[in-house]
Amino acid sequence: MSTISGAQAVIKALEREGVEIVFGVPGGAILPAYDPLFDSSIRHVLARHEQGAGHMAEGYAWATGRVGVCIVTSGPAATNLVTPLANALIDSIPIVAITGQVATTSVGNDAFQEAYTTGITMNATKHNYFVTDPNDIPDVIHEAFHIAATGRPGPVLVDLPKDILNAHLEWHEPAKLDLPGYKPTVDGHPRRIQEAIDLIGTSQRPVVYAGGGIIKAGAADNLRKLAEQINAPVVTTLMGLGGFPGDHELFLGMPGMHGTFAATTAIQKADLLIGLGVRFDDRVTGNPDFFAPHASVIHVDVDPAEIGKVRQPEIPIVGDVGRVIEQMLATWGDRPAPDRTEWLEKVTRWRTDHPVHFDQQPDGPLKPQFVIEELYKRTGGDAIVVSGVGQHQMWTALHWKFSKPREWINSGGLGTMGFGVPAAIGAKAGQPDRTIFLIDGDGSFQMTHQELATASEEGFPIKIALLNNGVHGMVRQWQTLFYGKRYSGSVLGRDSVNYPMLAEAMGCVGIRVETPEEVGPAIEKALSINDRPVLIEFVVDPEEMVFPMVPAGGSNDQIILGLEDLT
Amino acid sequence: MKHTLSVLVENKAGVLARVSSLLARRGFNIHSLAVGPTADERISGMTIVVDAPELEQVKKQLHKLVNVVKITELDPQSAVEREIALVRVSTEGSKRSDVLEMATLFDATAVDVGVSTILFLVAGSPDKVNDFVELVRPYGITDLIKSGRVALARDQKNRKLRAT
Repeated sequence: MSTISGAQAVIKALEREGVEIVFGVPGGAILPAYDPLFDSSIRHVLARHEQGAGHMAEGYAWATGRVGVCIVTSGPAATNLVTPLANALIDSIPIVAITGQVATTSVGNDAFQEAYTTGITMNATKHNYFVTDPNDIPDVIHEAFHIAATGRPGPVLVDLPKDILNAHLEWHEPAKLDLPGYKPTVDGHPRRIQEAIDLIGTSQRPVVYAGGGIIKAGAADNLRKLAEQINAPVVTTLMGLGGFPGDHELFLGMPGMHGTFAATTAIQKADLLIGLGVRFDDRVTGNPDFFAPHASVIHVDVDPAEIGKVRQPEIPIVGDVGRVIEQMLATWGDRPAPDRTEWLEKVTRWRTDHPVHFDQQPDGPLKPQFVIEELYKRTGGDAIVVSGVGQHQMWTALHWKFSKPREWINSGGLGTMGFGVPAAIGAKAGQPDRTIFLIDGDGSFQMTHQELATASEEGFPIKIALLNNGVHGMVRQWQTLFYGKRYSGSVLGRDSVNYPMLAEAMGCVGIRVETPEEVGPAIEKALSINDRPVLIEFVVDPEEMVFPMVPAGGSNDQIILGLEDLT
Repeated sequence: MKHTLSVLVENKAGVLARVSSLLARRGFNIHSLAVGPTADERISGMTIVVDAPELEQVKKQLHKLVNVVKITELDPQSAVEREIALVRVSTEGSKRSDVLEMATLFDATAVDVGVSTILFLVAGSPDKVNDFVELVRPYGITDLIKSGRVALARDQKNRKLRAT
């Protein structure tokens, strides 16, 4: 029987998993794997920085629901990957990272470009592998994809020493998975489901609190059915936006630190909180001692470690949230929707009385929220929206009416500035026929903007709305509110970079917008260009702040709705 | 407060680092840790004694490790806990017979006898081992090392039988 090299086995194993595209940067230790990649059906996208390759894999995974793959070399390449891995871990994004490593004979000897990759990434991955036998490659790659995609999804890293890539093995189909310590629970416990349904039936003021788990589980349609059947208002977290129709009469928006008044307040007044694929993050709960003080809690999550971590639920249900909602629908059966007129009138009044608002004067400074609302109108909402991290991310979450899953891609848990540009490229790679609009801030953008060269060189015509306020806006907002307007280290300078020129220099179209009346035409122009990436720089008001706001560690009963509440 | 965890893990490289790293992340100090083979050669057993206010979340996090198969927190009341200590005691002057008498009472075995010291092996419950160490301490301990605790839950069926 003929043998193949470890490197050939890696590429063959990736092909076997159905991988169509990988994002990477080559280098010494991974070079053997790049040779068979040259002949493979798998497309390689050359990122400019390994962090970019990692976020591209994440953007691809978000946009498609498939496992994203990145491939980089040893040492600094692997350490550059730590941020995307940590991001994928906390946001449950399925990616597989392939890293080169120095030869096993040099490992541990401070060889050139050596880093202890599996040690460094141990707590930034769901699992990782250090391969010391080429015969293990088929099984390890298969396990890596299985672990990344199942249960609570996450990043898996496979570290491959150069001599293992160069050694030979007889290819074999992966053996049956043998993971005695890894058996994610899928079905919810029937007795708990029954208890949950009984509690929902008798509750007066229920709120469905849905998160990123809904998107990951493909449960958006069933979530809508459940909410309608039990006749309960719905809030979705930052990660859950798009998991429930944004224009639905039961939808109250996003709760928490920068949530809508209606969503945050409904939870505070609820007698039952139905948590579906959520983790009671501190950005949602504020001070957990004051969170949902009157509510019993049903908590459904595939990860048992999330249940009771922040709030002990009355009814814990471990299982795939998609499957559990199916079970709940079946258990609810054909019961009529309960009459909750009084409660629904109340939450609707909160929604209509306290909408998110901003004030765009025709001749005043350009407001970022106005730009986002114009983008929504002119795209008809038909776009996959990506963001970086900061004020622009919160304004997008508040002002864009997300209505379908996988149309909102951002960095939630880790809050990774610089996520935007590479994630948008990954999303375009996964959904080439969709309009990808990155809404970014100047601070976030400058952390990874070199990937614009990747976008134009590799043919990913993404569109970028760059909200340039010249400052680290969220930092500045906290300095304005809590640090006596002492803007220590938060000023980037609005004129420090000529962004249209920067875009043009990297093969993109660059446009600058400074007044409200220029906004619409610029967006129309960007939408008409599809052969190159387009960047529109919107020069916006640095004084604008994100409201509503609950200060960190505060009670969600005390919502600052706007500047008028601060005087 | 000390908790005893019995953890079954896959017998693979790096698993100990994953387990100890999770405890380190929370700032929990490991009081003792013993690892060794089990009846199943693919599985290793760990007995971890850890100083922590509560372990519920850590147990759940440990369970998320792909290589961790099973975790049991042992209640000392319903578990058998044993450890071994090697204690080198000074026997200078006229102390030798007193020390040997103490050793006999504790079933401690002399495993190395020198001119002015004796190295004892004492095995048993953590309390017994501690008592021996404290009782010979006045004679002068020149070296001491403990194995770390190994523990298993008692057979619950046997307990019921004994109770009747």
